[in-house]
Amino acid sequence: MSSREKILSAIRSLTLEAKVLPEIPNFSNSGDLVERFTQAISGNKGEVLSKGEFEEWFSAAGFSKVISLSAQFSELATLSLPEDPHALKTLEVAILEGQFGVAENGAIWLEDTQLGLRALPFATEHLVIVLDRNLLEDTMHQGYEKIAATHSGFGLFLAGPSKTADIEQSLVIGAQGAKSLRVVLV
Amino acid sequence: MTHPESAAEFLKDSQKAKWHDETLWFVRDKRDKVSKGIPEWEQLRELASSIKDNVLANLADYLEEFERNATKNGIIVHWATDSEAHNKLVLEILQKQDCTAVVKSKSILTEECHLNSYLEKHSVEVVDTDLGERIVQFLKQPPSHIVLPAIHLKKGEISELFHEKLHTEKGNEDPTYLTQAARVHLREKFFAAKVAITGVNFGIAETGEFVVCTNEGNADMGVHLAQVHIACMGIEKILPRRKDLGVFLRLLARSATGQPITNYNSHFRNPSPGKEIHIILVDNGRTAQLAREKFRNSLKCIRCGACMNTCPIYRRSGGFSYNSTVPGPIGSILSPGLDLKKHSSLPFASTLCGSCTDVCPVKINIHEQLYEWRQEVTKTQGDFAKGLSMKLANGIFKSPLAYKISGSLMRNALKSLPNSLIYHPLNIWGKNRNLPDAPKESFQQWYRKNRS
Ligand code: SF4
Repeated sequence: MSSREKILSAIRSLTLEAKVLPEIPNFSNSGDLVERFTQAISGNKGEVLSKGEFEEWFSAAGFSKVISLSAQFSELATLSLPEDPHALKTLEVAILEGQFGVAENGAIWLEDTQLGLRALPFATEHLVIVLDRNLLEDTMHQGYEKIAATHSGFGLFLAGPSKTADIEQSLVIGAQGAKSLRVVLV
Repeated sequence: MTHPESAAEFLKDSQKAKWHDETLWFVRDKRDKVSKGIPEWEQLRELASSIKDNVLANLADYLEEFERNATKNGIIVHWATDSEAHNKLVLEILQKQDCTAVVKSKSILTEECHLNSYLEKHSVEVVDTDLGERIVQFLKQPPSHIVLPAIHLKKGEISELFHEKLHTEKGNEDPTYLTQAARVHLREKFFAAKVAITGVNFGIAETGEFVVCTNEGNADMGVHLAQVHIACMGIEKILPRRKDLGVFLRLLARSATGQPITNYNSHFRNPSPGKEIHIILVDNGRTAQLAREKFRNSLKCIRCGACMNTCPIYRRSGGFSYNSTVPGPIGSILSPGLDLKKHSSLPFASTLCGSCTDVCPVKINIHEQLYEWRQEVTKTQGDFAKGLSMKLANGIFKSPLAYKISGSLMRNALKSLPNSLIYHPLNIWGKNRNLPDAPKESFQQWYRKNRS
């Protein structure tokens, strides 16, 4: 008997009482979506910026290796998307467009179409996500409602920069992935 | 060594033990605060618990549905009855790729299977890429906590270790500095690895996708740079529908560390063009646990670690004292199912205060199952259980402090609780500091429920 058959028949040999799969109520919270989203992102150690604030930060920093997949900021790119993700090793900034955000926790949904390369939001040193302020959902339930039927080859709820507290529980931003997250609400 | 003996070892460094206790309590406290911000918190726990009940009642069907959909998406599905079969499958995939160095993100399942030592025996270098896991790997230790693998270490020890392994400045204990050094080291490994291994938080039957959650982004750094992704998943990790993730992702990080969500929640449905995703569905004792009616719902566990952070015994005895891959209250009901003789002292490593049950996001009746395991141990190893009882009696009456603190608790308990509760090795925890004070409320709840 194969491992597969062994496992499945071991389970099927048991008499297991039937249990109903519950429906999930459409929970919603009160409060202004933009305000809650902004608070959540800063709690996750990211930052929410206006278009102007972002442009100011960007030009002051003077980056030389920038990939932008955002139509609104395409002129900021200095590099085009490579074919091999290993070429992202020294990338300074990636600018992406988020599909929608979730107010309760700051999570932003991205899929292959927004990412170009799946490694992009992780390998880059700084990550910028451009998000339409009208595309905020209340909780994760509405978030999943929205993507219920889409086939995402790779999809990601991203809520902040790479972080760790593995050394004596001291929070450090910039573990293995992106060292910062800036969300530009437009 | 039994749990009380190892716990006594841990308590020898009293300063560190105190720090450990307080730090985990702090994490528990963050969990309380953030959960209070969600009005429907209790409803979510109830939902999560019922969804998992449904999963366990239909596990074979869901596994087949998952396999069917994942295969349709181009994911290669494997099955492993035990750790040996699992390890062999991983090695075969690596050998096919001529891969001799692999990066691995946090996976308690691969710890359970002792994958690292198996691969190393076959000349494959394994690099654990979660910072805490890398630290304990350097020390040739297992993780001492399922969410906070290096919680038993102080920054001075990590600084010394990194000085030796990563050539950081001697004496520099700054966590930011040390983390940056690890970042540079690990990024080299990510960019060089052909194959990346991850665990799985949730597998979705309806879509055939699976979800991996991290804060560091290390799982994604590994898999998106590698040619081949191997995901190792316990068969109980299935959820029926994509929308069930809404419930579980709202609970997981809040319960684990008190944050509203992990920063990276990656959904893998099909491989990138030209790449491969393998998923290994592992039993390793899970179907046996499913067959034990009293212990079945321990399989609902989503490995958030909340029961450890809140447990007065775990906080004061350290993860290693359990000598089990999953330590703490949940480990103490999972591990006896794998090897009752080896883990027979674990069901006694509890005050049965019920705090674990109170915080568990999937509402596992942990403390009741601990009680049930005590009955099993007593049945099969009467003398051993008696030995533990003696330790308790000695300690309680010899240590005035322990007696005072636990006095009223014990007085009530002596009147109306079963022997196995009275005879727990309290003396060990009372050894050099007081007994648990916080879970008063939960104890009362438990007491009320069980008095009759
Ligand atoms: S038993 Fe419950 S509280 Fe403990 S790790 Fe599992 S899910 Fe978390």
